[in-house]
Amino acid sequence: MVFKKKIEDLIVSRNTRLNKRHFLLELTSENPFPVMLPGQFAQVRVDGSPPTFLRRPFSIHEVDPSRNLFRLLIQVKGEGTRQLALAREGDRINVIFPLGNAFSLPSSPEVLLVGGGCGVAPLLFLAQFLARQHVVPKILLGFRTKEEMFETENYSRYGELLITTDDGSYGSKGLVVDHPVFQTEHFPFRKIYCCGPEAMMRAVAKIAAFHRVDCEVSLENMMACGFGVCLCCVTPTDKGHERVCVEGPVFNTKRLGWQ
Amino acid sequence: MGSLRVNIAGMVFKNPVTTASGTFGYGEEFSDFFDPGELGGIFVKAVTGKNRDGNAYPRMAETTGGMLNSVGLQNKGVDHFCREIYPRISPFNTHLIVNVSGSTLEEYVEVAEKIDSLEKIPAIELNISCPNVKSGGMAFGTSPASAREVTEAVRKVYHKTLMVKLSPNVTSITEIARAVADGGADVLTLINTLLGMAIDVKRRRPVLSTVTGGLSGPAIKPVALRMVWQVHKAVRLPIIGLGGIMNTNDAIEFLLAGASAIQVGTANFTDPLASIKIVRGLADYLEQHGIDSIEALIGVLQTD
Repeated sequence: MVFKKKIEDLIVSRNTRLNKRHFLLELTSENPFPVMLPGQFAQVRVDGSPPTFLRRPFSIHEVDPSRNLFRLLIQVKGEGTRQLALAREGDRINVIFPLGNAFSLPSSPEVLLVGGGCGVAPLLFLAQFLARQHVVPKILLGFRTKEEMFETENYSRYGELLITTDDGSYGSKGLVVDHPVFQTEHFPFRKIYCCGPEAMMRAVAKIAAFHRVDCEVSLENMMACGFGVCLCCVTPTDKGHERVCVEGPVFNTKRLGWQ
Repeated sequence: MGSLRVNIAGMVFKNPVTTASGTFGYGEEFSDFFDPGELGGIFVKAVTGKNRDGNAYPRMAETTGGMLNSVGLQNKGVDHFCREIYPRISPFNTHLIVNVSGSTLEEYVEVAEKIDSLEKIPAIELNISCPNVKSGGMAFGTSPASAREVTEAVRKVYHKTLMVKLSPNVTSITEIARAVADGGADVLTLINTLLGMAIDVKRRRPVLSTVTGGLSGPAIKPVALRMVWQVHKAVRLPIIGLGGIMNTNDAIEFLLAGASAIQVGTANFTDPLASIKIVRGLADYLEQHGIDSIEALIGVLQTD
């Protein structure tokens, strides 16, 4: 499916600090938004930050078509995101969207969503989308500590929420792949959607391959343009180097050779 | 309203704004944003003899006022271009110019010969300046003798407008420009990227998989402008100037320094509308200054 891309000065309708490192940027417009699908992302221009030459890509975290707004979940990592964190209601931010492909629909309802850290971002939109297909997934989210947890009540609206924290301050202790949901003999899921640090996604892909379960991951390679012309964000696939910004960011782990 | 038309080696461009190879795909990727047919021309992504998968990721590093890339000429080869891409893009109502690259002299000749047969491609841009391939590329463009040799070899088989894109990674740009002119080029394009590198201090490793890469963006504009000016004074061939052009003002600087047209490159990544904004900005400039033709600006820089 081909989506029409837009470039527009969107309006910041709200900017909510979630904790020390994460914030939610809510964007709206006078113009109706195009159709957006879970897995797609937006390329955000950062004004007022001279070291930030390129746009910054962020997954679409949540969409509210009735109010014509969408949200980006952003982790403060460097100068660019620090500047974006300062955005105030009413500010204009130049955005190219929606970009990239989308998660595919599951063929059966036994679905597990796995996210780690800021990688939980596209999974809320996905859970929302699945709900409309009457799919109620289990949602496993990994955080560093209890203090760093965010948006959990939002996720729990769409499925059964499972939590891990690195230090055990909430949920089960350890990494997401250590969670009991993966330790069962008869793995109950037919499809896994995963987003987070690459090491985590590879570990989940391995478990999926072991149980012969379909697994889709959303990759986060460095990119310059975000719409397919610079060829900087490529990843090796069964068809050679493919662009994460156009053929991705969502890939089936079989195509990546992650077994 | 003043005319934006420019004549470059007998080719008429509706305006002097074109897009740099490797920054504009095949033009189609921009169709959601504006009609690429409104541009003076499109320099499409480099084409080589065979399919090339390019260099390993990471291939890009953001730098102050620009970026490094080491894509390494990823493309599906000339036969794929002629068969699959050319029929798709040939309806664009503007000049489509193919950037031709190779690892050997024979490869350049092979690709040029095949592109010569495509009716809607009025020119090629010989890329003897890519810094990101192990053999060929920039190696041809950094010595006057080899730059001349590859230009001559392609000239023999290519019958339309032959443009040659020069590397800035040389001691004397005018010496290379003269050699390429002697080899039979019709137009000079300059500059390609500057060789550079970036280091990840946390990992104490190079950012790029290839260690070094090509620097582009506004950081290189003063270097590019200087080289266009030097070559304009030294060689009689028309010049297409590029290097860090972000806006109308930058484009006019290149015209004044001696470029007959310009290419917008890295700016396409950060603002996909950059090139079309420059087309409109140049028209406004002519009107504001009461100038009849954009050609009146080319190379008129006063230095005394």
